[in-house]
Amino acid sequence: MHFDQELDARGLNCPLPIVKTKKTLAGMSSGQVLKVIATDPGSVKDMEAFAKQTGNQLLQSGQEGNAFVFFLKKS
Amino acid sequence: MSKKLAIIATKGTLDWAYPPFILASTAASLGYEVAIFFTFYGLALLKKDLSELRVTPLANPAMPMPIPMPVLVQALPGMEAMATAMMKQKIAKKGVASIEELRNLCRELEVRFIACQMTIDLFDMNPNDFIDGIELGGAATYFEFAGEADINLFI
Repeated sequence: MHFDQELDARGLNCPLPIVKTKKTLAGMSSGQVLKVIATDPGSVKDMEAFAKQTGNQLLQSGQEGNAFVFFLKKS
Repeated sequence: MSKKLAIIATKGTLDWAYPPFILASTAASLGYEVAIFFTFYGLALLKKDLSELRVTPLANPAMPMPIPMPVLVQALPGMEAMATAMMKQKIAKKGVASIEELRNLCRELEVRFIACQMTIDLFDMNPNDFIDGIELGGAATYFEFAGEADINLFI
């Protein structure tokens, strides 16, 4: 999937993947896509909750090896 | 209008320093307006130097220890330092942020920090020991924000 920016949150634990996602999105423009890679298993549920509450759309959520990969579209 | 979260932080140990800063930074990331009112031992979390934050195995039976340890042993000198060192090692190994890092993230996300004036007077604390940019206030200052908050937490 096409993305404009990537955030490597591997090795980081709650709440860092979410907080860093928010910080990265703040520097992007509306409609751009952010790819986030995380290893925290809690981030799967949390990223869904983040998207729902902030209005940024979670385009895709999946797994690559032992990492979780998310694509978020900035609202 | 954005939602609001108000937190009262009352504890000054390394373990209990986490919940207020984790919840505040997460809520701020979700778009909440957040204020933390630091009172009593919670004021330790506003010190410039956070290296004094410790965790104690005493009266803390749920704390995981490498070997079972009778209470009298836990009370020996050096046990608190050992438990604190162990906890810091675990924090680093598991990719959990340090308290300083979480506190800085809260600042960047514009979380308000309010220090309880009464506690500062009561314990003769030196305001110069605290980080810059905090507000001083009393219970009424807390209620001004908390009365309009969607979520209120006492930690």
